[in-house]
Amino acid sequence: MLAEKYPERIKQIFAKYPDKRSAVMPLLYLAQEEYGWLTEEALREVAGLCDIDPTQARSIAGFYTMFAEKPKGKYWLQVCTDLPCALRGADQFFHELCEYLGVDPEHGGTTDDGLFTVEPVMCLAACDKAPVLQNNFHFHENLNIEHAKQLIEKWRAEAAAEEDKDDEAE
Amino acid sequence: MTHILLRNRDIPDIWQFETYTANGGYEALRQAVTEMTPDEVIQVVLDSNLRGRGGAGFPAGRKWSFIPKDAKTKYVVVNADESEPGTFKDRELLEKNPHQVIEGALIAAYAIQASGVYIYCRGEFWDLAHALEERIAEAEAANLAGEDILGSGWSCPVRVHLGAGAYICGEETALLNSLQGLLGQPRVRPPFPAQMGGGLYYQPTVVNNVETLSNVPWIIRNGAEAYRQIGTERSSGPKIFCLSGHAANPGNYELPLGITFRELIFEHGGGVWKEKALKAILPSGASGPILPATDEVLETPLTYEDVAAVGSTLGSASVILLDEDTDIVWAAAKMIHFFKHESCGKCTPCREGTYWLDRIYARLLSGQATPHDLEVLETVPQQMDGLTLCALGQFARSPVWATLEHFREEYEQYVGLREAKAERA
Ligand SMILES: Cc1cc2nc3c(=O)[nH]c(=O)nc-3n(C[C@H](O)[C@H](O)[C@H](O)COP(=O)(O)O)c2cc1C
Ligand code: SF4
Ligand code: FES
Repeated sequence: MLAEKYPERIKQIFAKYPDKRSAVMPLLYLAQEEYGWLTEEALREVAGLCDIDPTQARSIAGFYTMFAEKPKGKYWLQVCTDLPCALRGADQFFHELCEYLGVDPEHGGTTDDGLFTVEPVMCLAACDKAPVLQNNFHFHENLNIEHAKQLIEKWRAEAAAEEDKDDEAE
Repeated sequence: MTHILLRNRDIPDIWQFETYTANGGYEALRQAVTEMTPDEVIQVVLDSNLRGRGGAGFPAGRKWSFIPKDAKTKYVVVNADESEPGTFKDRELLEKNPHQVIEGALIAAYAIQASGVYIYCRGEFWDLAHALEERIAEAEAANLAGEDILGSGWSCPVRVHLGAGAYICGEETALLNSLQGLLGQPRVRPPFPAQMGGGLYYQPTVVNNVETLSNVPWIIRNGAEAYRQIGTERSSGPKIFCLSGHAANPGNYELPLGITFRELIFEHGGGVWKEKALKAILPSGASGPILPATDEVLETPLTYEDVAAVGSTLGSASVILLDEDTDIVWAAAKMIHFFKHESCGKCTPCREGTYWLDRIYARLLSGQATPHDLEVLETVPQQMDGLTLCALGQFARSPVWATLEHFREEYEQYVGLREAKAERA
């Protein structure tokens, strides 16, 4: 439960606003961080914390592209394919990245091992550094496909190392 | 040239509190709070003719003067949602020169005697928003924000709120709803945000763009007269032009309002990439009508008035270049796809109109469109004209009518009209 696990952070969030309801977005981010995506349970918890109806929490979650209503890969990659970036080759970059990961090159998707989700998104306010992608909200700029493949392999290795560590711990 | 806004270009460490204050930072706030009345601050900003940099160009001082003095609770909301395709100036300001944004917001807050400032950052500014909170804490620790600022008895906390990926939340009333934890959809106006009942938590509120507020410390320190020396009579001051698309050197360029497209693109921006010819310009991202790159257009000064006179808008000055090889129908399709994706769905003409347009463009690009589609394409924007709750529904019309007006033959090629005509001939 968020309330038991993060009492301090939740208190800080509420302290920012005169109205509890304003905390809904920060709390959705917290829930997403905790559970990986916004499950029914997560939405109910957030709704309970800021005194709104769970259906309202769900419609807010559904309104924004950065809230995950379904499970995402461990590495959630959002690639900008909007006009300014597309003028500098972002569509092709996106297709090649999808092909490299083995997902639908038109719409993206999640890899079978659940490690990567890749999605096309609208302008990320970094058009002068196209192509760009966000990995779990952190930016990578001035990419080309070779560079992106290296990043993918780095993340793959990182995830494998983490798993080894978990295995040892058990 | 030394910069007024992108001072980080001259002083790379200016994001640090010590560097900012060592270079005159927060002196304007000190001057305003300890030596000027709120009304005097508003008067200076009015006299400076500082106009809003978020798109509409509304005079900032006038907006501030609308705030009812007798209201107990008032807010300043900084619009850092920056989501217009081709815009990336507020990001550089917030990342590289953040204290100047905070100082500008606090001066605005003092001028209207606000009880709080919220900086609404688009969700994708995740990293910079968290860094911004540290910068705010530094200002608070120096008694420049928070409780009893500079011993004046006026208290004003500054907070950061993160959006989560929705262009419409840059529209000021949608932004306010989003900040209140409501669905991020625009409100019916009046009441306007500055009025009782219209702002944040329905209290009178000034909403200003990041870049707008970044001008304010300089204006306070140097005076309205000095500011009006920069730019033109009606479009005063410096502006950050975001150059993107087929620019040889994409990036932010801080220059006086009134320089021409040609100067911006060729003198400062290094021209078009790969030594290609320039075909067209989108002066204000996806939201303003496209302009063919004629000599007349290239000689046009970048001011609110002059860009309007040649049939487009200056907007937030996100100047996207399209080279000679660009497929205009494809570019229009991209923009329509953007608006379809970002329509908040509240009003039918916008929701349905962008949906239909997106479908027609998909047919055009896949070679399946008929001449009838082209006729429908022309009527949809007419059916949206003036019938939407917010400006998004109006912005969404221009990729269609403006590209049709200037580049109709490219559409005709897509529907095979040309070939048919040629055959008949
Ligand atoms: C669809 C839409 C999107 C907008 N996006 C932004 C934005 O990202 N940033 C911004 O400052 N203003 C944006 N605006 C303009 C705001 O509604 C508002 O006019 C502005 O923040 C006022 O600040 P200013 O007077 O300092 O320009 C948008 C308007 C519309 C209709
Ligand atoms: S015009 Fe479009 S974006 Fe604006 S309120 Fe209507 S549906 Fe929403
Ligand atoms: S279009 Fe890709 S970041 Fe702006």
